[in-house]
Parts: sequence; structure tokens; C-alpha cells
Amino acid sequence: MRSLVILLTCAIAALTSVALNATNKALPTTLQPVSAFATIKDPKARSVALFTEAGKVIQHPRCLNCHPATERPTQTDAMRPHEPLVVRGDGGIGAAGLRCITCHHNANFDPAGVPGNPKWALAPPEMAWQGKSLGDICRQIKDPARNGGRSMAELVHHMAEDELVGWGWHPGGKRTPAPGTQAEFGALIKAWADSGANCPA
Amino acid sequence: MAYQIKVNGTDHSVDADEDTPLLWVLRDWLHLTGTKFGCGIARCGACTVHMDGQPLRSCTLPISAVGTSEITTIEAVEGPEAKAVQDAWVAHDVPQCGYCQSGQVMSAVALLREVPKPNDRDIDLAMNGNICRCATYVRIRAAIHAASEKLGG
Repeated sequence: MRSLVILLTCAIAALTSVALNATNKALPTTLQPVSAFATIKDPKARSVALFTEAGKVIQHPRCLNCHPATERPTQTDAMRPHEPLVVRGDGGIGAAGLRCITCHHNANFDPAGVPGNPKWALAPPEMAWQGKSLGDICRQIKDPARNGGRSMAELVHHMAEDELVGWGWHPGGKRTPAPGTQAEFGALIKAWADSGANCPA
Repeated sequence: MAYQIKVNGTDHSVDADEDTPLLWVLRDWLHLTGTKFGCGIARCGACTVHMDGQPLRSCTLPISAVGTSEITTIEAVEGPEAKAVQDAWVAHDVPQCGYCQSGQVMSAVALLREVPKPNDRDIDLAMNGNICRCATYVRIRAAIHAASEKLGG
């Protein structure tokens, strides 16, 4: 009996440790500049490396939280399910009677810790990123059927200039910003597109 | 700073700091205490009002962001949907302690204006941002269905 108790105690401790490690996993804070990849002579390898660097942003909680795999967004760096339960709804702006703008207004409201932006909304289902590999996300981003019908130039502009995308670097409150700057991210995406827009495996 | 806001059809001049939540202005400046403070973080729905007809958590909107929008509180919500909800709330004896109910009513009215004949999922998705510590959820859902039927939805 005693050995069983010890075994269970060890198992619980191990599981707790795993859970804590998952929650506290360090998030990237910086991006390497495009110039850092100039030494990669093979254009395809350089393109993949550029997208992999940009992936630090794409797979950051600030971005993934609103590109959920289900109809429900996630929140916080731990990407827990959004509370209260809200859904994408038509147009990504929430269900009738509980739109995103019921709580999220045009700007962050730090006294309450509630983020906001005039374009606050969820990405559509075809732009779901959570649970996908970076390679799959890369192929998804290039596919006009799954990127909002954007050309590569429009995609670069969206990543580099869009206001809601930009919120990810200025999230306010206790939210961890996306790594680097939007300009650096945009430059990586543009360099990736210019180098053939190759994707990781 | 003085802000001009329109609440329940009346213009008000309110001298408040720019980040003062609308909820505080409604309750402490305008003495419209039907709208309740529950959590202060847009989590419970007790502070729900309508802004230009849409439900809004007034605890997270600063007075400086109201602008020319028209605010409606529980004291003045009216129209066929409001009447149907109020009647159904009484008929189904929905409230228990009652603290959350002004927010529940404001959300229910907004839902019926947009979805005249909501199914259970429509109701759950619209109302699950309004917490009731007495757990009157079953009666709330039944009352919304009843209000819908009365409206001919």
C-alpha cells in the first residue's frame, strides 16, 4: 500500500511538472533580421528559413488565440479556452446577442484588462492555425482559397500593415507581445515571398 | 473633463476622468442604479446596457469612448421585445436574488431583436456571458422561448 502511495505521489508530481512546463514555456521575444539569412546560398533553404523565423510570430499566442481550430477562441499566453464561451459566428464577429464588441471595444481598457481594437474579430475557419505544423500553415497562407483570396503582394501587405495584426505587438496589459516588430515581421514575409515562398516540410 | 452623452433619450453633461467606466457614470453620476456592478472585467454581464441598440458591457467602456452613441439602460428599454421579455420574466418567475437580472433582460431583448425565433443554441450562445449565481438559467431560457412565441417568432 505504501509503495502505491509513493508511486501515485511521484506520478502526480511528474504530471504537475509537465503541466507547469507547458504553461511556462518561454515565448520568443525577438526576430532575426532578413540580413541574417543572406548567408544561406540555396534560395529554397533561405526561403524556408525566413518563413521559419516568421513562424515565431505566426505561432505566438497573440496570433494563434484568434486563429482557433474550433469555433471558440483561446486567450492568454496559456491559450486557454475563451471565457465566457464565445464563438466565431457569421463574419467572425461573434454570435447574435454576444458579439465581440459586446466586451471588446475600439481600444484596450486596461483597468479591466480587456483588450480591444476596431477590427476585433476571429479569423475564418479556413484560416485556422492552431494544432497545425508550421509547414501546413505556410501552405495554407499561400493558398488563395484559404487566405481570403489574397495575392502574395496582398498577403505581404496584410502581414506588414494590417492594424489588427499590428495589435499583436502592442497588446497592453500583462499580455506578452509578439516577438520583434511588425516591420521586422513584414520584412521577413516579403523576403520569403521574394525568395519563392517555399514552405517547411 | 466634461463629456456630453445621451442616455435613455436625454442629453447629459458629465464631468469625469476619461477612463471612467460608463457603468460608474450611469450609477454614480446619473443615479441609474438598475444597471449593476458585478465583476468589473466584462465577465459576468450584470452591467449590460444597449449602445445604439447593441448589447454592451458598460464596465469596460470608458466614458471617453461613448461619443454620440445612444445608451439605453434597463430603466428605459422598451418596444415589443422588451415588453415580451418583461412579461415572460414575470410569468416564469425568473429572478431569484435578482442581482443579475437587469443584465439578463438587456441581453435577452437584444437577442430577440436580432433573432426573433431563437433555438436553444442561439439562446445559450447569446446569454452565456450573463452569469446568474442563483442558476436561473433554465427559467431564463424558457422565458426567452415564451417571449419569442408571444412576439410571433
